[in-house]
Amino acid sequence: MDINFIIAAIMTVVGISTPILLAGLGELVVEKAGVLNLGVEGMMLLGAIAGFAVTVYTGSPWLGVVGAGVAGALGGMFFGLFVLGLNSNQVATGLALTIFGTGLSSLIGLSFVGRIVAPFSSIFPPELARDPLLKVIFGYSPIVYFALIMVAVVAWFLKSTRAGLILRAVGENDLSAHSIGYSVVGVRFLAIAFGGAMAGIGGAYFSMVITPMWAERMTAGRGWIALALVVFAGWRSGRLAVGAYFFGLLMALELYAKAAGFSILPSQFWAAMPYLMTVVVLALISMRDRAGSNAPACLGRPFIPAT
Amino acid sequence: MRIKLEKRAEPSRLMLVVTPIVSVIATMLVGILVFDALGIDGVRAVVDIFLTPLLASYKWQDVAMKAAPLIIIALGLSVGNRANVWNIGAEGQYIIGALAAAGVGIAAGGAGGGIIMLAMVLAGMVGGTAWAAVPAVLKTRFAVNEILSSLMLTYVALQVLGYLVGGPWKDPNGKNFPATAPLLPEQSLPILFPGTTVHLGVAVAIVLPFIFWLVMSRSIFGYQIRVVGAAPHAARHGGFDANQTIWLSMLIGGGMAGLAGALEFAGALKTINLGFPSGYGFTAIIVSFLGRLHPIGCLIAGIVLAVTYVGGQVAQTTVHIPNATAGIFQALMLFFILASDILVRYRVRIVSGTAQAVRGQ
Repeated sequence: MDINFIIAAIMTVVGISTPILLAGLGELVVEKAGVLNLGVEGMMLLGAIAGFAVTVYTGSPWLGVVGAGVAGALGGMFFGLFVLGLNSNQVATGLALTIFGTGLSSLIGLSFVGRIVAPFSSIFPPELARDPLLKVIFGYSPIVYFALIMVAVVAWFLKSTRAGLILRAVGENDLSAHSIGYSVVGVRFLAIAFGGAMAGIGGAYFSMVITPMWAERMTAGRGWIALALVVFAGWRSGRLAVGAYFFGLLMALELYAKAAGFSILPSQFWAAMPYLMTVVVLALISMRDRAGSNAPACLGRPFIPAT
Repeated sequence: MRIKLEKRAEPSRLMLVVTPIVSVIATMLVGILVFDALGIDGVRAVVDIFLTPLLASYKWQDVAMKAAPLIIIALGLSVGNRANVWNIGAEGQYIIGALAAAGVGIAAGGAGGGIIMLAMVLAGMVGGTAWAAVPAVLKTRFAVNEILSSLMLTYVALQVLGYLVGGPWKDPNGKNFPATAPLLPEQSLPILFPGTTVHLGVAVAIVLPFIFWLVMSRSIFGYQIRVVGAAPHAARHGGFDANQTIWLSMLIGGGMAGLAGALEFAGALKTINLGFPSGYGFTAIIVSFLGRLHPIGCLIAGIVLAVTYVGGQVAQTTVHIPNATAGIFQALMLFFILASDILVRYRVRIVSGTAQAVRGQ
């Protein structure tokens, strides 16, 4: 196996992992605050089309990423209005958000089908970004580095800041947090908006970097894999990053198995592989962790203080 | 003056019935506003989507054909949703059900008739049940979240379909198009009314809600499901086994989705190609909630959602709205019904004075 192949493979895995890493980090923060948002897939699609559309109109992929984050956050806040304001069922409301995001992105996307956007220019000097060896470090889209920085930021925020402590308190015991004067609803709303923004940027990675063009339902279930990733990571951001690259490796296997002509097994087998492996991994994880013992105690439960 | 919410001792029966109707009306009103904002004749679009299919009798058979799978799947899902077991992989179970029915048809060769048809439909139920049994095992044995596992298996089911219709089951006379050979007339479900496309499966979708209603309201099983959903602690004290509830919920949900897939294949489409999965499994979740998880509610809600499908196609030609808008309307309906849940569980009081502690403050 030559070095060029290995470098190409690493770059594929890193690229393919980035959307689920971003969306997973966002959902991790949301779940740490005690809310289960199953609308990740919908928010990713909203981000994918918003990022693409903004880039088409402004010519700036940087503004596109901002637009994607805003769109995802708006989707999340819409969800937040229902689950926090009206205590609606979180599972069903999240599903509604996914259906809504899928429909709305398809509708907006109609006028963008077939168009392409200018990709990000590298943030590093071309000598580094195009170097046959060094590109494995310097040759990615800025979103990839953003995702890595956010792993550290989220870990630091949750572990070492006062705000992070409050957020975790809200997720572990909302009634206590409420009784010592923290706004449970406020904290959760901000967490949901952040989760939406991260999912939106993750979705934009599909339409702005991977393809780069718009197609209906282009995230193809990766939002759900991001949700699985949070469980896999035991609600820890470092492990979430490891998990994202592990799942990325599984998804890349599909591409390479086809390219390498593993024709003994049909291509559909490899396409089904990431989803099958997700199920297998979830089973293995919960055997080790004894039924989600790391999950925030208030996850998915509505906040109803005694009046 | 403030708005105060008081928890009701029991869910309001009036609100249970009123809120779905209000949700549909609210969706129509929002639709008018949104379409007008998009520069489309909003009233015309909403009338076409929600009313034309009901008023034009030649559209009724289309509505019936679309409603049948939605109702059947939603009936099964409602059982689980009542018990807080979340099977969101009905789409996959629907696909596997259809494939199982097709497999029996292919294995039967040229044979047809009632026995073969019955075998196909039963195979569909078994296929859907088996596909749903995987999340059930994972949930009860390994505590794997059934939401994620059932959905992941939908993506696997799509690949199984792609493999079978593009490989071993591909129609040899199909010009290399990935699809099964058209079902023989002797293997297709009978048509109820000559000259229409309304097949036996539609009758099944009309009869099943009443059977479910009877079982859910009269049997220990129905009682178990309701208690587990409403009061999990009491259910455990009462000796109802949580794992048993999960198993029953998943298997019924899968069996119904598989049945719907088999009926859709053997009654309506008669071939399976890559376009076979049409999202009924997901839309049925909306039907289940709009129908308030009640069998008769599912029957009515299934028809409402089917109307929006058919009406969406009407509006596509009359006011040129894209197909995707149907999904937005369906999601809005679900949002509204979930938001209105609060009226079922709480009583809204307007109280004077500001010193009152208010929920959420």
